Amino acid sequence: MTSHAATEKSRSRPAPPSPQDIRRKHVGDALFRGITALAAASVLALAAIYVVQMALNSWEAVRHFGWSFVVGTTWDPVFEEFGALPVIWGTVISSLLALLIAVPISLGVSIYLTEIAGRRIRRIIEFLIEILASIPSVVYGLWGIFVLVPLVRSIQPHLTSWFGFLPLFQGPPFGYGMLTAGIILAIMILPIMTSLTREALHAVPNHQREASLALASTRWEMIRHAVLPYNKSGIIAAIVLGLGRALGETMAVTMVIGNQPTISTSLFMPAQTIASLIANEFAEASSSLYLSVLIELGLLLFGITLLLNVGARLLVNRISHAGGRRR
Amino acid sequence: MTNRSFAHAVRTPPDRWSMQVTQAPAHAISVQGLHVYYGTVHALKGISLKIKTGQVTALIGPSGCGKSTFLRTLNRMNDLTEAVVAGSVFVLGENIYSPQVDVVELRRRVGMVFQTPNPFPKSIFENVVFGLRRQGIKDRRVLAEVAENSLKRAALWDEVKDRLHDSALTLSGGQQQRLCIARALALEPKVLLMDEPASALDPVATAKIEQLIMDLKGDYTIVIVTHNMQQAVRVSDETAFFLNGELIEMASTRTLFTQPADRRTEDYISGRFG
Repeated sequence: MTSHAATEKSRSRPAPPSPQDIRRKHVGDALFRGITALAAASVLALAAIYVVQMALNSWEAVRHFGWSFVVGTTWDPVFEEFGALPVIWGTVISSLLALLIAVPISLGVSIYLTEIAGRRIRRIIEFLIEILASIPSVVYGLWGIFVLVPLVRSIQPHLTSWFGFLPLFQGPPFGYGMLTAGIILAIMILPIMTSLTREALHAVPNHQREASLALASTRWEMIRHAVLPYNKSGIIAAIVLGLGRALGETMAVTMVIGNQPTISTSLFMPAQTIASLIANEFAEASSSLYLSVLIELGLLLFGITLLLNVGARLLVNRISHAGGRRR
Repeated sequence: MTNRSFAHAVRTPPDRWSMQVTQAPAHAISVQGLHVYYGTVHALKGISLKIKTGQVTALIGPSGCGKSTFLRTLNRMNDLTEAVVAGSVFVLGENIYSPQVDVVELRRRVGMVFQTPNPFPKSIFENVVFGLRRQGIKDRRVLAEVAENSLKRAALWDEVKDRLHDSALTLSGGQQQRLCIARALALEPKVLLMDEPASALDPVATAKIEQLIMDLKGDYTIVIVTHNMQQAVRVSDETAFFLNGELIEMASTRTLFTQPADRRTEDYISGRFG
């Protein structure tokens, strides 16, 4: 028995490691690194392919119109005159309108959920927010047509009679238009923005709240001066994500915005966004120039989103440095 | 009585307070039959004690004995954790759990320093004047003056005077804790509560904090929770020993550590448990 154990022992005694052995140990790591790097590269590749393909396919339109495409205000497919400024305007304004409505609400809901609500109510509201996030865009659009459009139509005459001196509130009561699109977008980006903002506030450590209260602040002062500033970058990230969604949202917008590529100062006039216009006119794009124009619009939307994202990143950096945060 | 909401934390004029405190009474804090419950946990079981004005009182005891809970009842920080409080707690002559009490004003008079330094991610200057700004003070001269005095009082001025507008997070842990003390002092409190203020610091930084506590004695009534018995001996005039939510013994620090009246105190200070 003992001799057997001894031979066993001597057999399993490890030999001094050779260079090959050392290298073999790292094969798994190298493989893993390779696979993850490949996954990361595929993101880059997809973006590059997207941009290149779009650029190639829109080349005809770019060559034909040049910069006048971006600043032109006439959209007339029949005479092949294409100016994208009205849809750029429509895209940016409807999205900003959505932010204007949704940011204060999502901030309010998040503050209520993290700082005030009891556990029971918090659970219920969080569940409802998730439900809202999963409603398909086309359903929001239907709701917009049957509820929101008549509502805006019936409210508009009052707004016009009170604030009609402002160009913002002039125009006939269509119900379909910029404001309706903004409201629908606001409702649609509310869930994602709220849950991200809530996460951001939740990430503020309790010792910051205690520090503020111990220095004789009221609860509101604590929220305003200790909780919100602590994670500004998280809140801004939530807003940026909401903005990105609003810029690209297609279906619900096209159902309520009125689909007219015109620039108007009135909130009630019909307008058009890039995504909505592409969806509407793609099937009718008969000539190759027309098709190329629609693809250039897609490229333009990509550019606008990129620009706003970079801008927001810079804003976050500046704010976090100004806030004296060490990163 | 539940103290979950701060609905009553609306500011009232501080006259009521100053009337009570014109002549400093011998005891800044007087607690009678205090019980605290967290849900079903009975965290404090009938604590009665008095804390002398202008002295340093140490609260010692093993983890979970209720000493931190007790400290947090003194400025109603327990309100945050849904604690249920029964009994009477008089701080600076006022029953602080009476419904008419202005919690915000209470916390202005009773400052608190926490276990881990918790500066705001703002500049050093903004940290010190945080409380003043919440009081609505905007005058830059006043703010600068109070900031300087508070930082000097907290023995931090010489180290930070040239970089008041740098982030407070660039300071070392010990400096951050002294900043938190300066921040509390800026509101000119009468009482300073310290919840293991040196437990996250290295020995040199700890020594500085202890020196500071001794310097502040006399001008402030200091209540300090500590795990470190040597620290209690070094800085405090009186010591209270807590065990399982009860106050076992309170006496002058010298007496408690040399001739403890209770067997359990003796066991604890001689290191037999805890």
